[in-house]
Amino acid sequence: MNTTIATSSAAPAASTFQHLQSAHCESGVITSLLRHEGLPITEAMVFGLTSALSFCYFPFVKINQLPLISYRMTPRYILNGIRRLLRVPLRYETFRAPADGTRRLDELLARGRPVGLQGSVYFLPYFPVNMRFHFNAHNLIAYGRDSATGEYLISDPVFNTPTRSAPDAFERARFVRGALAPRGLIYHIDGAIPDKDIAQVVPLLRAAIRKNAFMMLWMPIPCVGTPGIRLLASRVRRLPAQKQPDFCRRFAGHIVRMQEEVGTGGAGFRFLYAAFLQEAAVLLNKPALHELSLELTAIGDEWRVFATHAARQNKGRAPLDPPALAATLATLSAKERLFFKKLWKAV
Amino acid sequence: MRPDEVPSQSATIYEGATKAAYVVGPDGRYTIVPNGGDEAEVAVTEEAVAWFGQMAEAARLRALAGETSPLEYHMYRQRMDVPTLAQATGFWRITVRRHLRPAVFAKLPRKKLERHAIAMGIADPEQLRSIPA
Repeated sequence: MNTTIATSSAAPAASTFQHLQSAHCESGVITSLLRHEGLPITEAMVFGLTSALSFCYFPFVKINQLPLISYRMTPRYILNGIRRLLRVPLRYETFRAPADGTRRLDELLARGRPVGLQGSVYFLPYFPVNMRFHFNAHNLIAYGRDSATGEYLISDPVFNTPTRSAPDAFERARFVRGALAPRGLIYHIDGAIPDKDIAQVVPLLRAAIRKNAFMMLWMPIPCVGTPGIRLLASRVRRLPAQKQPDFCRRFAGHIVRMQEEVGTGGAGFRFLYAAFLQEAAVLLNKPALHELSLELTAIGDEWRVFATHAARQNKGRAPLDPPALAATLATLSAKERLFFKKLWKAV
Repeated sequence: MRPDEVPSQSATIYEGATKAAYVVGPDGRYTIVPNGGDEAEVAVTEEAVAWFGQMAEAARLRALAGETSPLEYHMYRQRMDVPTLAQATGFWRITVRRHLRPAVFAKLPRKKLERHAIAMGIADPEQLRSIPA
């Protein structure tokens, strides 16, 4: 990484900021911001270091009548993790009035700071129409403003190229109300980061991996981790007896959407975490972690097969068969349980 | 996942964009390749969009028949349902459901209509009163 950009307080970020495509928005944004400050970290490392892999099935939280299913931890978990673990002076600001939020954003951009921010996918104009849903906790970076048109220069980590947004639509996306309302949240690295050497993560890795394994195995609530997958399996199994076929179809599609469509890098972040394990294997000099990475990749491939079946049933290309899907989920739960136990022992 | 299992060509619904996929290369190491959207993710996204379309169409027919208010049609058209709209407007769910009754909706004050319009990102609140025939 170019280290001169670390002190870019006077130079406009627009000229030096490097767009980086990532699988997941939150890990992608913080990776880009850290790299801009001169810390050569990868998205997979950020994701693994903050123990962000998870599985949650919350039947009592409904999104368009369907339960909340997530393959990762809650929003801002990664940001908070990086702030704590790497002692990064990451500063959050939220605003009551949209005008204040816009003024502060412009001020930071004028100083040449790339700014991470939260917005609604539905109102971001550069999103393809069919990818727009009312999800308010999307993360992206603004790194400048076009003085001629007033458009914001945007680096959205989910997309392959930098993009732009008109100011009014942008303000709209940042100040939507509703679940996970962003309240104009912006965050930026305010000051020098204490250590620009990637070696600093080495002593943190063991605890990070163990924490993640712990959360997947032994959380005292049945909705989280591998027990959560099992719980979802039993729910899917009981579906046909309780609900209309149409609802069963939507349920199957919903699981897949949360797993594949919403920027996970494939198989609900399993591949992303496997990539992290490979990096950790090198840094810790533990070949066992490399083996485990391949094992997680195999589990991820099974998630992908599950997704293909579920998606076909969702689309009506294959006959609806919730018990078969449930059986696959139960198998996956058992396999992940074994896997994370091994991972716990390996570090 | 191997690189050849990911379609690099952007699917129609992604409008030329590609996402990032983590794949294991021939050397056994992870790399990132462009993902244009494979069969599963494209199918479920299309279905999710289509569901809102079906709900909107059903609501439109019922609104034309006077069984529901035009608000329900616009709600689904903007990919919302009652809980989403309630959260985005700050109305209680029961209030939003009341607004779906034609008689209540007809007398809805401009101010409340504006709250719905803002939540849905519709510039002209009066548009909420209309339904395409």
